[in-house]
Amino acid sequence: MERIVLKGRKVVGGVAEGEALVTRDRISGWGGIDPRTGTIIETRHELRGQSFRGKVLVFPGAKGSSGWSSQFHIARLAGAAPLAMLFNEMSTKIALGAVVTHAPALTELDRDPLEVIATGDWVKVDADRGIVEVTKRR
Amino acid sequence: MLDGAHGPARQKAMNLLVRYGEALGAERLVDTRNVCGTVGASTPFLRDYGLKHGLDAVFSEFSLDAGEVLEIPTVAVPSSHLQQGLDPDHADAQGIPPEVVKVYRQGEAYTARLGVQPLNTCAPYTVGNVPARGEHCAWMESSAVVYINSVLGARTNAEGRESAGAAMLTGKIPYWGYHLDENRLGTHLVELDIEVSSTADWGLLGYYIGEVVQERVPVVSGVRGAPDLPRLKHFGAALASSGGVEMYHLVGITPEAPTREAAFGGNRVQGTFRYGRAERRQAYEHVNATARDPQVDFVMLGCPHYTLEQIGEACRLLEGRRVHENAALWIFTPRATRLEADRIGYTKIITDAGGQLMSDTCSALGRVMPKGARVAAVDSAKQAHYLPAIMGVQCWFGSTADCIDAAVTGRWNGSF
Repeated sequence: MERIVLKGRKVVGGVAEGEALVTRDRISGWGGIDPRTGTIIETRHELRGQSFRGKVLVFPGAKGSSGWSSQFHIARLAGAAPLAMLFNEMSTKIALGAVVTHAPALTELDRDPLEVIATGDWVKVDADRGIVEVTKRR
Repeated sequence: MLDGAHGPARQKAMNLLVRYGEALGAERLVDTRNVCGTVGASTPFLRDYGLKHGLDAVFSEFSLDAGEVLEIPTVAVPSSHLQQGLDPDHADAQGIPPEVVKVYRQGEAYTARLGVQPLNTCAPYTVGNVPARGEHCAWMESSAVVYINSVLGARTNAEGRESAGAAMLTGKIPYWGYHLDENRLGTHLVELDIEVSSTADWGLLGYYIGEVVQERVPVVSGVRGAPDLPRLKHFGAALASSGGVEMYHLVGITPEAPTREAAFGGNRVQGTFRYGRAERRQAYEHVNATARDPQVDFVMLGCPHYTLEQIGEACRLLEGRRVHENAALWIFTPRATRLEADRIGYTKIITDAGGQLMSDTCSALGRVMPKGARVAAVDSAKQAHYLPAIMGVQCWFGSTADCIDAAVTGRWNGSF
């Protein structure tokens, strides 16, 4: 199986591994997810109806309401948060959201994670060392 | 503060700001004396949490990410409360049981004890909290953030509940993003090929641009006339819904864009696009994506919260007519504006026609709608974006006149 290693900047420390859920659409927090289940609910989102609970969420960045962090905060308390987050575009919404989700998070990766990682790939995130190991599903 | 000399709550607040600042890659914090956030426990999840653990626990967890329950002191700097999860004066219509109203009242007293001003609106800049140009702020609420950055020239990022809570206790916020001159400059140029006149027009323009530029800084050229506060309020709210725009420039109108050159400064123009009839139609179709059934049973106005002048316009459209027996009309406004509307007679016009003037919340935020509502109609691109996702209803978007017409006839007759 193919293995790929990415390096990036730590946003929130920690180590986690799991299956990737990848989207090219930015994610809205408030009004974009159901924090009690981790399901994407935005009307025209490509992941509508899918949950990031227990997944390594790979996405371009955050958009929408400033309720972003509080929705991911609630998702953590409801046990519905992603295991880890990898993203490209830094913003206050995503920085604060990642901090209060307490999940390892990285940005500024040396290769675009949206190109390298596909949904279903096994991803190990070591945010303390700034390293992502991707095992391709096929 | 980080060493605990100012007490454990301010220590946790600084700890959060440091973690948040490091996540952003900010070099330092900046002083602020204007914070807008939410500390109440009025939305359903937090209500339950507050009932179980108490209100200091809600603040400790949801405003500080403290991980333990702390005694919360009064705020250190002027702070305003944004919208809440219900209107205590219309709780019955909103389907809110009395025990929840009791919790809300406790929350209100708690908020007052902290020294947070109960403006209870998404549009604090319409009821007295009007930041000055250049003022460093820490505001939540994407529609208000984009308004004070772009129209007033104040400086804030879109803060979240936790960072606003920490800023209330410390008077600090990360010096990053829109606090810095270079990040306020334009990135994309939008040239208008058609006239943009009504509030609905401005909403469509915002919805289109937000989809294209996402979280960048659009510069709009070719605006004729000077759009007023309600138009800019609806424009910004739409920009921050389909995208994540926190700052824009209207050449010759907004304060940091006297000219196109000034709006871009030293920035390279990353993209240029035009907005004409085809783009307007695309925005209209996207914002109406969920609407199919012409039988409207709920008309919701006031997203962002209506100004007194907008309430007056709704009254003029409504006068002498009655809301259809199968439909409801709810109009949302800040609490202070509702008081003015009471005095001026607008509230009576609306209630005499069978509608209601509500405050403090909105349908999407409080998850409050008339019982059994299936098809909504709104004049806000933002509400049309969120309401179907949150409440599972269909939603029509059109002009204020289209909406009042739908309330009176129970049918959607609006068109592109």
